[in-house]
Amino acid sequence: MNIIVCLKQNVDMTQVRIKKETREPMLDGLPFIFGDMDRNALEEAVRMREKVGGQVIAVSAGSANLKETIKDALAGGADEAVILIDPMFTKINSPKTAKILAKAIQKIGKYDLIVLGEGSTDNYSGQVGPRLAEILDIPAITYVEHIEYANNKIRATRNMEESLELVESSLPLLITVTSGINEPRLPSLMQILKASKKPVQEWNASAVNITSADFTGDDYQIISNFAPVEERKGVIFEGELDENIDKLVNALQKEGVLGV
Amino acid sequence: MLDILVFSEIEEIAFELLSWGRKVKESNNAKVSAVILGNNAKEKAARYFSYGADKIYWSDDTLLTDFYADVYAEALYQIINMSSPELLLIGSTRRGKELAPRVAQKWSAACVTDAIALNTKDQELVVSRYTMGGATISAGVLKAPHKVVSVVPKTFELGQKEPILGEVVEASVKLQDSRLKIVERKAKQSETVNIEEAQTLICVGRGLNKKEDLALVEALAKTLNAEIGCTRPLSHDWHWLSEQREVGLSGKKCKPRLCLSLGISGQIQHIVGIRDAKIIVGINKDKSAPIFEITDYGLVGDLYEAVPLLIKKIRDSVS
Repeated sequence: MNIIVCLKQNVDMTQVRIKKETREPMLDGLPFIFGDMDRNALEEAVRMREKVGGQVIAVSAGSANLKETIKDALAGGADEAVILIDPMFTKINSPKTAKILAKAIQKIGKYDLIVLGEGSTDNYSGQVGPRLAEILDIPAITYVEHIEYANNKIRATRNMEESLELVESSLPLLITVTSGINEPRLPSLMQILKASKKPVQEWNASAVNITSADFTGDDYQIISNFAPVEERKGVIFEGELDENIDKLVNALQKEGVLGV
Repeated sequence: MLDILVFSEIEEIAFELLSWGRKVKESNNAKVSAVILGNNAKEKAARYFSYGADKIYWSDDTLLTDFYADVYAEALYQIINMSSPELLLIGSTRRGKELAPRVAQKWSAACVTDAIALNTKDQELVVSRYTMGGATISAGVLKAPHKVVSVVPKTFELGQKEPILGEVVEASVKLQDSRLKIVERKAKQSETVNIEEAQTLICVGRGLNKKEDLALVEALAKTLNAEIGCTRPLSHDWHWLSEQREVGLSGKKCKPRLCLSLGISGQIQHIVGIRDAKIIVGINKDKSAPIFEITDYGLVGDLYEAVPLLIKKIRDSVS
């Protein structure tokens, strides 16, 4: 099976700190990593290849940091990678990302299964998967937490609010996966070393026939991005537990939040 | 004039979106239409009018009986071509959140999913949503001529019903079968729990070592007459608690008087769900855990030692 995994690099959200005075997020110098569910997507693709054979190609569009970040996907089990790097690709929204990925996938040509995370770790907007399915005009199953492959068909369990929905589709197919689908493996040292020897192709905008004319009409201009103001008392009890719990219970009684 | 088209497969959410549309009409020149798809679509129209729809487009095409996102997106797109709205509002359920970008792609529209606020200012539409994993709230202007926004349920208050009727249009859509087939649908074991309404909420995280230890948390919940919520790993990855108890960006947003956080490091994706609590208490072994940055009262200590003591002292203090 020819499997394509689309991943998004973003700065490590767990390391984002907020500037106290302005409530702005501080992103400078933070490391780039792939998103949590992107890793679930990669893991699921690799497990499928291990079961049925074939290959896994990791595809990602973004800034030049991708040259480093992509090694994580190769260490995680992808056989090869295509990275899309261009000054035009550094700040891209979902419709643009979907367009770039679609062009790259069409250039790769042969695929049976495309796997993405249900949403990115930074924005969690969940647009790229459905948009990509529309552009490529292929079936898509979203919110997948289990897949099985038999008789040239995929059966997938979708985790919906009220139910688990078992859905069947022929290939080619696009799926988006939830965090519950698997526990991504931690690559061994050997896998990390091998990763740098795996083939990586780097394509720019013209390599996938994208011009600025492709990037119009989807304007959503961010005018502000701040952390909400947190006004908390910040009292910390540390040390002798028994005594501290007395203090805590007293404090909560004074606040009037204990009891019914 | 802002021409709004509303759709949600969940009626109550469609009514919330209509209620917002009606408010916009009061202050701006606007028109609000709604789409109803599926069985008995036409019979539902009266209720939609009572929440503010001026016009209803409906179809009960048999291919719309079950919700297939590809087919629903196509139906909505064809109705957009009949009604030429500027803004399509969709309820951001999981189904709605797939639908919105699909329609946006067909319609060459800009799309924002999971909106938590919408404002019309100086003829511009400003949409807010969480970003950076929930650390920040961004606001942006949707400038594209075609706009699709999926709105988080319960963002808008349900308006009063009014005995008003409007225009009903049968939308003759031309659809093809979905490329997917739903084989079966298993209802989730539904718990009738509504942690969003809880006055006292205990949130438990990965500091809990095993599922059996939930008994300890339950004992505390009983003492405090509290509901139990959790971080995502406990509900979605380990299935210790039902998904209805997940608190955070992808779960419930709660506003209790007291939120007691046990063994939670304080990742922002979770914090988003407790930000509106009046008082936040955190208990964590790790003094440097980010949870202590957002607590009113933080207790550095092992929850396994602290919780039994806490139960005892609360009981003593009440009696």
